Amino acid sequence: MTVNTFKNVLFSVLFLSISIVGFAKEEKENPEKEKFDAKEMIMHHVKDAHEFHVIDINGEPVSIPLPIILYSDNGLVTFMSSEFHHDDSGHHVVEKNGMKFVKLHEKIYQLDGNANSVEFDDEHHPVNATTPWNLSITRNVFMMWVSAIVLILIFVAAARTYKKSEGNVPTGIAGFVEPLIVFVRDDIARPMIGEHKYKKYMPYLLTIFFFIWINNIFGLIPILNGANLSGNIAFTMVLALFTFIITTVSGNANYWKHIFWMPGVPVPMKLFLMPIELIGIFTKPISLMIRLFANITAGHIIILALMSLIFIFETVLIAPVSVAFSLFITVIEIVVTAIQAYIFTILSALYFGMATEEAHH
Amino acid sequence: MDLVTPGFGLVIWTIITFLCLLFILRKFAWKPILGAVEDRETGIKDALASAENARKEMENLKADNERILNEARAEREAMLKEAREIKNKMIADAKNEAQSQANKMIEQAQTAIESEKKAAMAELRNQVATLSVDIAEKVVREELSNKDKQLKLVESMLSDAKLN
Repeated sequence: MTVNTFKNVLFSVLFLSISIVGFAKEEKENPEKEKFDAKEMIMHHVKDAHEFHVIDINGEPVSIPLPIILYSDNGLVTFMSSEFHHDDSGHHVVEKNGMKFVKLHEKIYQLDGNANSVEFDDEHHPVNATTPWNLSITRNVFMMWVSAIVLILIFVAAARTYKKSEGNVPTGIAGFVEPLIVFVRDDIARPMIGEHKYKKYMPYLLTIFFFIWINNIFGLIPILNGANLSGNIAFTMVLALFTFIITTVSGNANYWKHIFWMPGVPVPMKLFLMPIELIGIFTKPISLMIRLFANITAGHIIILALMSLIFIFETVLIAPVSVAFSLFITVIEIVVTAIQAYIFTILSALYFGMATEEAHH
Repeated sequence: MDLVTPGFGLVIWTIITFLCLLFILRKFAWKPILGAVEDRETGIKDALASAENARKEMENLKADNERILNEARAEREAMLKEAREIKNKMIADAKNEAQSQANKMIEQAQTAIESEKKAAMAELRNQVATLSVDIAEKVVREELSNKDKQLKLVESMLSDAKLN
């Protein structure tokens, strides 16, 4: 088992490093005339995008178009992102239902009247355009669905093997996922929430654990263009929000008493602690949100920055150094994928445990 | 700033996707898997518990057997001891009885011998007295028939008396 896991890890590392080297080469073969902007490249990879950019061949971007769904004042508008012809500078105007749209830095603006390009005032608010509600299937949404489907396939398949086997013996894929599930149950839920109440929270904890983990892993696969879902603040915010809602809803009298009227301390201290505890309700999920976002994004930025060194110094000699370092960071990031999923889950469980703890004074 | 501003679309899609994923996985994956794991764990626990019970029962049986054996042994020991005691007592009793019987018989015999001896002595005394009287009568008669002889007798008697 350990040997197998080790082999798998080794294989994935090898695969990743090859992909990174490949990615580096692609860019190398297409020398751009303009100066390489590392920040723009990194931000482009770290942030969300409306199309799934796979590769550049001879300067021509090859990408998978994704649907764009906009809800403006005149109703719903949908079209494929390919209609922008890879334009991200706000020059290519797409006309739909009498409305004109441009895409600038992965933001879609609806132009007013006769305007042909979006203009901004000093505070960077668009002057002649509005931003419609953007419900597009961006590459992060796309990868999220891919990851959700992968999770469903893995775990439903695992659940099926129990029905087939005699005496609930885990076979096939269940043999691989069961230790992870038991780990979440015995090392996260049980000690944090307690023997009597942990069962209610198991589905949520298992889902966030595997959802975050698989998206962390997907974010590291270069050929998927690093769809950086778990390093996106919207994603981490939603998960933290769910943890916050569940904590607040399941908070019992004892929990609220500890927040508003801390038992066992003198009255001035109670008054002093109340605002702190009240703020604490919100800082806990916010710290969850920022921790996951910052850790994953930072990892991506480091790897991409190391790769950028090749193009900044414009020499291939730096490539071995870059590749070696980014391989090193990638290996660390593989560990981080699991650690961050674990931390998010264990802290959520800890908050649930605090919310449901019974008074023992 | 764009990096830390949550995008509206992604928020909505994440909420929808996550809720769907949670629902589907809960129904089709977590419940069956956790149920199966739990069933197996309870099965193992039960099996272990029953094995433990069987072991305990076995131990109890063994202890019982041991106890019964010990009891039997002790009983045998006690019976043997008792028998030995009875035997010893019987022997001692018989000895005592015999002793006292013998003592009694010896005493009786001694008494009988004593009385026989007394009777015999009395008889003998009578006989001797009669005989002595007879002899003395005869001797006196003989002696007193002549004068010399009477004197001689008185003389010998006197010499005897002198000697005494």
